[in-house]
Amino acid sequence: MSDVILEGVKINKYFYDPVKMQVLKEVDISIKKSEFVSITGKSGCGKSTLLYILSTMDTDYEGKLLIDGIEMRGKKERELARVRNEKIGFVFQFHYLLNEFSVIRNVMLPGLKLGKLSEKEVEAVAYEKLKILGIESEALKKPNQLSGGQKQRVAIARALINNPIIIMGDEPTGNLDKKNSEIVFNIFKELAEVYHQSLLIVTHDNEFAARTHRIIEMEDGKVIN
Amino acid sequence: MKFKLIASISKSLLLARWKQTLVAAVGVTFSITMFIGLLSFMSGLNDLLDGLIINRTPHIRLYNEISPSKIQPIDKSYNYGNSYNFIRSIKPKNKLLEIRNNAAVIKTLQNDVRVLGIAPKITAQVFYNVGTIDLTGVINGIDVEEENRLFKFKDYVVEGNYIDLKNIPNSIILGKGAAEKMLTNIGDIIQITTAKGERLQLKVVGYFQSGIQDIDKVQSYTSIATTQKLLGESNSYITDIQIKLKDIVLAPALAKEYAGLFEVDAIDIQTANSQFETGSSVRTLISYAVGITLLIVAGFGIYNILNMMIYEKMDSIAILKATGFSGADVNKIFITIALSIGIFGGLLGLLFGFGLSALIDQIPFNTAALPTVKTYPINYNPKFYMVGGIFSIITTYFAGYLPSRKASKIDPVIIIRGK
Repeated sequence: MSDVILEGVKINKYFYDPVKMQVLKEVDISIKKSEFVSITGKSGCGKSTLLYILSTMDTDYEGKLLIDGIEMRGKKERELARVRNEKIGFVFQFHYLLNEFSVIRNVMLPGLKLGKLSEKEVEAVAYEKLKILGIESEALKKPNQLSGGQKQRVAIARALINNPIIIMGDEPTGNLDKKNSEIVFNIFKELAEVYHQSLLIVTHDNEFAARTHRIIEMEDGKVIN
Repeated sequence: MKFKLIASISKSLLLARWKQTLVAAVGVTFSITMFIGLLSFMSGLNDLLDGLIINRTPHIRLYNEISPSKIQPIDKSYNYGNSYNFIRSIKPKNKLLEIRNNAAVIKTLQNDVRVLGIAPKITAQVFYNVGTIDLTGVINGIDVEEENRLFKFKDYVVEGNYIDLKNIPNSIILGKGAAEKMLTNIGDIIQITTAKGERLQLKVVGYFQSGIQDIDKVQSYTSIATTQKLLGESNSYITDIQIKLKDIVLAPALAKEYAGLFEVDAIDIQTANSQFETGSSVRTLISYAVGITLLIVAGFGIYNILNMMIYEKMDSIAILKATGFSGADVNKIFITIALSIGIFGGLLGLLFGFGLSALIDQIPFNTAALPTVKTYPINYNPKFYMVGGIFSIITTYFAGYLPSRKASKIDPVIIIRGK
């Protein structure tokens, strides 16, 4: 039990607009430490919705959500923000880097927000993460000077900065070409196998999913496999 | 640390849209500049107009009104004392203008800690003789030094030296209007006739201009001794005692007290000139209203720009929230942006406002009515700068409040899923 880091029990979710519709039906999910898990399914099956609930960003659901053994329901917005900051790293389909800041600064932001380390130390950690991803030479550039694949790698470095217990990805390769997808996938694999990082990736790319440790398949708001 | 991070994010968001930011700040600067300029000018003008009256008016004037005695002999009669007596055609008694026992009154007043100074005065009705024509006039016999100390007599003597009035016997300072009518120059001797028919020759040592033409046409000044001689009275004769208090607010109460104590009539400045205070406060109110309106308009500018910034930076806000910034942090970021616009624009506004005031202060403003004023009056009261500064911060805070709240409520899921 102790090595289960993320657990969802009987999660139900409804959309109300335009009519009440159940998107997730009694979903049970649990992720163990250093697992590389992918969620697949057809478009509209509720896989992204599930991810946003598991990430604490969406709080409008029924059921139980435990992160690191702690119940998330009933926590205040500020506390949830803290959980996201400390324990979860995000990679989205789109990179969402702030163009006003340099690459290194973008990576540092969540670390500075956490405030456990001094600015200098956060910077050192950020360089370390960029090095893992092989883009430390781009650290001082602005995000809009980078290629799509590089941007996505910066986003991964940003997700890693606070050494989260899990990395969540919503179609992280969705916007990338074959070659860059391959690079990103290899990074994830390396993170999982070398650094024992837990990963939960939503994807509709079956080839990508097939190479992960475990596949959770969804259909019509239910886990079918 | 936390604040530093928020400040650095605010700064980069601000600089990313520096042109809009500048426009917003210029709006605040402009309104604060106008606010300061307007209030300084308006208040300077108020002070000037009030000064016209207040500087020259005693806070309390003790005098005897020419009026018949309130207690007539019949009231004292044993037989009719308790009746209501109708008496027609009562005439006032002579010699009532003099303040009796004035030496003792003055001494008492001088020992009163609430009193700043006292200037005795005699007013006398006279005729200025110009050839065969007699012009009516009023001569004020004054204690020259005290009058200058308390009522800035010197400021209104436009030609000649005011102290000559004391040093040269039988001298007179003529009202400018009167002097022009009489075609006299300084050093000339003029002749006057008192109401009782006495004639006296006086040497003109200066001109006096109060700014109120009707006064300048009739009034003149001599020393107390000269007026006493003119009237043929002893050197203890005084008709008015002018009192200047340390605190003008006490005037009405003290006027009543002195009237009872010395058995004379007493009038305070507030009663005598109530219209001036009303005028001043209304003018100040108008300037504040205009200034605050300008600020509110600037506030709407800031509101718009922040709103636009939030729409543009929706993605950035979403990712900040996704990576662990709480709604309160996002709120702080946008409030910081609004406040920095307010503080930066406000400070510049205060500086420019000072500059504008200094500029207005240099514009020549010559008017016959105001001999001592050469440029437009400005009041450099630090209070205006404080009010301006505080208002700029408050308005920008409120202008930033709604957009910031909106930003803090943005749901990152909606933004991120929408892509």
